[in-house]
Amino acid sequence: MQAVRRALHSGTREGVFHYVTLLAALGLVALAVSIFLVVTLQSAPAWRAFGLSFLTTSIWDPMANQFGAVPALLGTVITAVLALAVATPLSIGTAVFLSEIVPQNWRRPLSFVVELLAAVPSVVYGLWGLFVLAPWLRTGLGQLLADSLGFLPIFAGPSLGIGVLTASLVLAIMVLPTITAISGEVMRGVPTELREAMFALGATRWEVVTKVILPSSKSGIAGALLLGLGRAIGEAIAVTMVIGNANLIPASLLAPAQTMASLIVNEFPEAFDLHLSALLLLATLLFIITLIINLIAAWFFYRPSQDVAATAKGSVWAKLLRKGS
Amino acid sequence: MAQGVNIENFSFWYGQSQVVKNISLSAPVRQVTALIGPSGCGKTTLLRSINRLHELHPGTRAAGRIAIGEEDIFSAAVDPVDLRRRVGMIFQKPSPFPHLSVFENVAAGLRLHGLAQGKEIAERVEACLRKAALWEEVKDDLGRKGALLSGGQQQRLCIARALAVEPEVFLMDEPCASLDPVGIMRIEELIRELKHDYTVIIVTHNMHQASRISDQTAFVLNGELVEVGRTKEFFLAPTDPRTEAYLTWKIG
Repeated sequence: MQAVRRALHSGTREGVFHYVTLLAALGLVALAVSIFLVVTLQSAPAWRAFGLSFLTTSIWDPMANQFGAVPALLGTVITAVLALAVATPLSIGTAVFLSEIVPQNWRRPLSFVVELLAAVPSVVYGLWGLFVLAPWLRTGLGQLLADSLGFLPIFAGPSLGIGVLTASLVLAIMVLPTITAISGEVMRGVPTELREAMFALGATRWEVVTKVILPSSKSGIAGALLLGLGRAIGEAIAVTMVIGNANLIPASLLAPAQTMASLIVNEFPEAFDLHLSALLLLATLLFIITLIINLIAAWFFYRPSQDVAATAKGSVWAKLLRKGS
Repeated sequence: MAQGVNIENFSFWYGQSQVVKNISLSAPVRQVTALIGPSGCGKTTLLRSINRLHELHPGTRAAGRIAIGEEDIFSAAVDPVDLRRRVGMIFQKPSPFPHLSVFENVAAGLRLHGLAQGKEIAERVEACLRKAALWEEVKDDLGRKGALLSGGQQQRLCIARALAVEPEVFLMDEPCASLDPVGIMRIEELIRELKHDYTVIIVTHNMHQASRISDQTAFVLNGELVEVGRTKEFFLAPTDPRTEAYLTWKIG
């Protein structure tokens, strides 16, 4: 044993350990690159057939070999943005509560519950959305919106229970823990001296939050929101279960629709040739979009600035790797 | 309007442990009172009780009386938020708001309390920066971030920020602990200036600093006030043997 230990660690043999870890790291990079390459290469036929019109036409007809991604793109953007709009005030409010208001001894258990929400498998959120939220929306909120605001195009049509609104709400709940945990982490990174300095000027807790905590964590919060957006855009299963899967430009928030991810989930098992290639082109787009969003988020965490959010970046980065997309 | 501070039979607890034990001390108006003592002796806690900053932490408890002027700061009529405006505080670590410019750091308190509007804000900011002996160094670029100044400049910026809301008392918690000798000298000069208009209570680990800038010195040990006296007499002829031991580095 002793001899083996010495061989692994001592003198020139130290190199062995070095190369083993290097190999593992390179393997990971190679894996990411090869996934991207395979998906991209296989999407090439669809790109050659449709080019930019893939992104500008809205007919998706596998029978006629006609593929335009506009409905899926729109569905993705609308659900993700709506989800973020609902989740942002809730999660920032929760983060402020956890970081600034809740007594010290309650902070850990409550933060743990929030992080637990992030660990719930998305299919469980999907089931909840389908069996709890959708029926409730059909007769409750959805019906109410259709009855009272149905004259507005975005609330037109029958309240089906499944559709854009339901998917957005499920997504909002799914991204909430990510945004809450990361922005809370950033807020806790604001140095105590700054809080106390503001209190000592005669500020209320509300003023400390709005004038010191939020402004000095704004880039970290922006990063957290982007990670949430990335997750909402990429989410497949839960959305597929509640969005209604109609490959149309959504007529209203109550109507069924489709996202890029849900379209792939729905059609991948039966797709071949150009149809398969079109789905992989969607996947490539999804890959690029989420990559860009994550890069911007990382830039927000790491950008050189006097922003105190930077002080919390280490832990934020750890969270990002654990939960991001 | 400067006010004296009167502490009577004041005690303070963190949970079960009592860190300030029945201290009575009077900080005369327009004088500098220095609190000295070893780390963890309770002097900072005492200081932070004067603007009720410690109440922000759960599980703390205070007993006794602290009066600013004639007013008991623990009376039901006193709003701690309002009290903190009337009591300026300077911390050990310079803490300008990093997202704000030099100008906005000083204006923060003015805006918070609506003490000035429009052009008046700029005048008040300039006056406070002059009073804090920082104006000449920053007047050409008031828009730069406060965090880009040197440590000593940051601390003077914090003093200017505290001056803006016109406090009656200045509390300083080891304001020179993180500064270089030049920075320390500038702050000490400033404290000697400030005492013409304000009552200053300063916690310091540096006994030479206490002897240089204070009119009155109080020695705190294990939460108790051991001795208080005019600074000159305190250092030349301490009456308590524990004070003498501390001054000659025998304890602490």
